[in-house]
Amino acid sequence: MSFSCRRPEHKAPPEVYYNEEEARKYTQNSRMIEIQSQMSERAVELLSLPENQSCFLLDIGCGSGLSGDYLSEEGHYWVGLDISTAMLDVALEREVEGDLVLADMGHGVPFRAGTFDGCISISALQWLCNADKKSHSPPKRLYRFFSTLYSSLARGSRAVFQIYPENSDQLELITSQAMKAGFTGGMVVDYPNSAKAKKFFLCLFVGVSGALPKGLGSESVEKGVAHQAMFTGERTRFKNLKGKSLKKSKDWILEKKERRRRQGREVRADTKYTGRQRKARF
Amino acid sequence: MKLLTHNMLTSHVKGVTKATEVKVTDVDFNSEFVSRMIPKIEWSVLVEAADTLGHLNDLPRDLPPDYESSEDFLRKVHHVLLEVEVLEGNLKCPESGREFPITKGVPNMLLNEDEV
Ligand SMILES: C[S@@+](CC[C@H](N)C(=O)[O-])C[C@H]1O[C@@H](n2cnc3c(N)ncnc32)[C@H](O)[C@@H]1O
Repeated sequence: MSFSCRRPEHKAPPEVYYNEEEARKYTQNSRMIEIQSQMSERAVELLSLPENQSCFLLDIGCGSGLSGDYLSEEGHYWVGLDISTAMLDVALEREVEGDLVLADMGHGVPFRAGTFDGCISISALQWLCNADKKSHSPPKRLYRFFSTLYSSLARGSRAVFQIYPENSDQLELITSQAMKAGFTGGMVVDYPNSAKAKKFFLCLFVGVSGALPKGLGSESVEKGVAHQAMFTGERTRFKNLKGKSLKKSKDWILEKKERRRRQGREVRADTKYTGRQRKARF
Repeated sequence: MKLLTHNMLTSHVKGVTKATEVKVTDVDFNSEFVSRMIPKIEWSVLVEAADTLGHLNDLPRDLPPDYESSEDFLRKVHHVLLEVEVLEGNLKCPESGREFPITKGVPNMLLNEDEV
């Protein structure tokens, strides 16, 4: 397991990892403070809120409130949710303007439908991909989080998560649970060609909310390197919902034929006519 | 915890507020924000919470129809929504009786795994 020890999520559960010592860094380490503020600024930009309007926003994993400070500076009101009392204590000490709630996002967002005009989250979501207790199932916790978040957001609003994904499987897990919960949107990658500056922002839309923005510094991207991944769709109709295709659809037929082939059965070759609707004949 | 936050909580945790310590802070008045929040608010819950805390601030039991045009009214709502804060107290779920303590202004909504 030594390879994974660089990732804080692998060291301890968040409420343990973010103890007083770690929380201190958020007031003392100027590099850390600057990075948090920069990422918050970019996240708010990606929210594309209506101009000159004070909004009611949610900050998931608000921690010491550095991200929240940026929201206040921009004239917004906010509620921050975090699982670590040590981090929230730092936020209290810093006298942040937002309201703080001690909660585990994996248990859901405890706010009524349509409460918030948007949501940001800086370096917190990847924590949900870990099972810290026997009873934890990351897909279930992600789904519970996203479905309650979806409900708490006003129609047409967005949620932007800056994340440090561990690998592509983790990205896939996160986006698939977000889609199941009803979100559309995708991943925006800033500076995809720089190992150091590269940043991932998962941008989720509630209902119709325009096109996915471009990642920064991605103009010179060579062909084949994606700087954004898009997924769109309607609330419940996903081809791969729970990994199964709609019955009788082309995919369903192709999958079924493939299964039979694997079982060594005789199956007709796939052609362009496979799974096509036949004309009605009388 | 501000009463705006309290009002927006899902009903099973909202419950009754018992407060042993309340603080009032100055927050800049933004009439546009307050009028935009009012339709989202459960008015009767706000009035009840403000009353329990002793900060009713003359809020009427019923929301007046033309509230957007009355700055005086919006200022009162602003005060109750954003300036009154519960520092120490309890939220109690009316159905289950489950309590959620508020310490240093932060409500503790952590659930046991069997409550999820
Ligand atoms: C990198 S810090 C974010 C710092 C924050 N943006 C700030 O300005 O201080 C990540 C935060 O996510 C929180 N977190 C991790 N898992 C969580 C969970 N399951 N529920 C709520 N918060 C969580 C941690 O407690 C930590 O404060």
